[in-house]
Amino acid sequence: MLEELFPNVTIEDLVEASQETLYMTIIALVGTAIIGLLLGLLLFLTSKGNFWENRLINFVVATFVNVFRAVPFIILILLLFPFTDFVVGTLRGPNAALPALILGSAPFYARLVEIALKEVDKGVVEAAKAMGAKASTIIFKVLLPESKPALVSGLTVTAIALIGYTAMAGAIGAGGLGNHAYYFGFQRKSWDVVFVSTVIIVIIVFIFQFIGDAITRKIDKR
Amino acid sequence: MISIEGLKKIFSLEKKDIVAVDNLNLNVADGDIYGVIGYSGAGKSTFVRLINRLEEPTSGTIKIGDQVITSLSKKDLRVARQDIGMIFQHFNLLWSRTVAENIEFPLEISGVEKSDRKKRVLELIELVGLAGKENAYPAQLSGGQKQRVGIARALANSPKVLLCDEATSALDPETTNQILRLLQDINEKLGLTIILITHEMHVIRKICNRVAVMEQGKVVEEGTVLDVFTRPKQPVTQKFVEQLTGPDEEEEDMTELKERYQEGALLRIQFLGESANQTVISQLVKNFDIHVNILQGKITQTQVGSYGTLIVQLIGNQQKEAMQYLEEQDVIELEVIQHA
Repeated sequence: MLEELFPNVTIEDLVEASQETLYMTIIALVGTAIIGLLLGLLLFLTSKGNFWENRLINFVVATFVNVFRAVPFIILILLLFPFTDFVVGTLRGPNAALPALILGSAPFYARLVEIALKEVDKGVVEAAKAMGAKASTIIFKVLLPESKPALVSGLTVTAIALIGYTAMAGAIGAGGLGNHAYYFGFQRKSWDVVFVSTVIIVIIVFIFQFIGDAITRKIDKR
Repeated sequence: MISIEGLKKIFSLEKKDIVAVDNLNLNVADGDIYGVIGYSGAGKSTFVRLINRLEEPTSGTIKIGDQVITSLSKKDLRVARQDIGMIFQHFNLLWSRTVAENIEFPLEISGVEKSDRKKRVLELIELVGLAGKENAYPAQLSGGQKQRVGIARALANSPKVLLCDEATSALDPETTNQILRLLQDINEKLGLTIILITHEMHVIRKICNRVAVMEQGKVVEEGTVLDVFTRPKQPVTQKFVEQLTGPDEEEEDMTELKERYQEGALLRIQFLGESANQTVISQLVKNFDIHVNILQGKITQTQVGSYGTLIVQLIGNQQKEAMQYLEEQDVIELEVIQHA
């Protein structure tokens, strides 16, 4: 019955493509989290009236973030070809997609981190200062813990955008479900493959959203 | 001893300078509960933030003990701040930490060993009456309980000074009284100096021994609570005193009272504190052949005794002797309104 409905679908290929998508998403998500957090902290801390108020650094970081967010992802991949070739050594396969995935989504996450940090109660920061806390103590023991639910839900949103990006990267040879749907589905007019690949991507998105929501609920003690 | 000299804070807002604290001089003795009262915008909140330099003073000096706070480097200031506790109107607890972890935070900052921290936290939880709530999160506590956590946290590093910025303004009257009692307890037990900012006169009345009245960045009146209460000089102080006694309508009332109670002597008795006066009226009735008719009055309690005014009518044979007795009491100011 399944074979009649989806004659061109092979389980092995789908499993491999799904693994590639998950691989790209998770590795890129880790990179995005680290770089996004750093950029977001930098944006927040160098802004007006904050610990490391510095107009120059703030301007440079903000410009970097805005430019990378403004460039459409599919163009970003092409622009990054030389960089990817230099760092990864190839332009094909899941690893080749990582630089573009991280550079495309880290600036997005950085803005979400900045918003999350801005939401932290100023009074709590003031209380920590009144206790004699250093800037580093305030960052690691006040700002980050107090913004954790917003940081996690921001990361969930970013992860879902990333899954979309991996599909796009797949279309130009990065592997994964997007690659599978395009080359083995669309180009061969095997619509069943396109359909099944899409369903799996949607399921992966749902799983990420579910996990993100669950973690956010668990850590939010407000 | 905290001494503050020529303290000034100017905020520059788009070409306009706003003087929040203006050439303020103040001395607070060790062990005092010192109240600073003023309406919003008087500069009292800025003032208390200047003491631990959460706001940098524009000029002036602040000395706590032998330490000149205003000339400390950033690094030394951080260490000095560990000796200055502070509590806030909105408690400012970390919602992500439990009660115990919140109280532990200042101990982490000052670098206390983990095992010592746990011990100290338990002591503090006991001190502020929150036993059993160690593992609750702030969101699960009432306002009064949150402020108790705030107080425990402020006391963690055994400071010499506690700054209270409108610490009871977000609480209901009953909770306010509980928190004030706790502050008073702590003041007595630990001998720590408390500087308390408020806009509510009854907070001053309940626990302070000295008070400064602020208006437009300046201290316009300063002294013992009783002095400032009984002889308010500035209009703003009189307005605050009225919060307790009700508006001063006596002047109009006097003609009416005089007409209605023409018999005997009509007296205004002003109580100026000290606890001995508690029985003055009953002594009067017991020792002399008179009756006392209380016509009007309001008495309220301060840290150093009762304060207030009674208007009474004396009827009977020994009016003269009774009045002499009253005049001999040094805690009373007597005014004869009418004597038939």
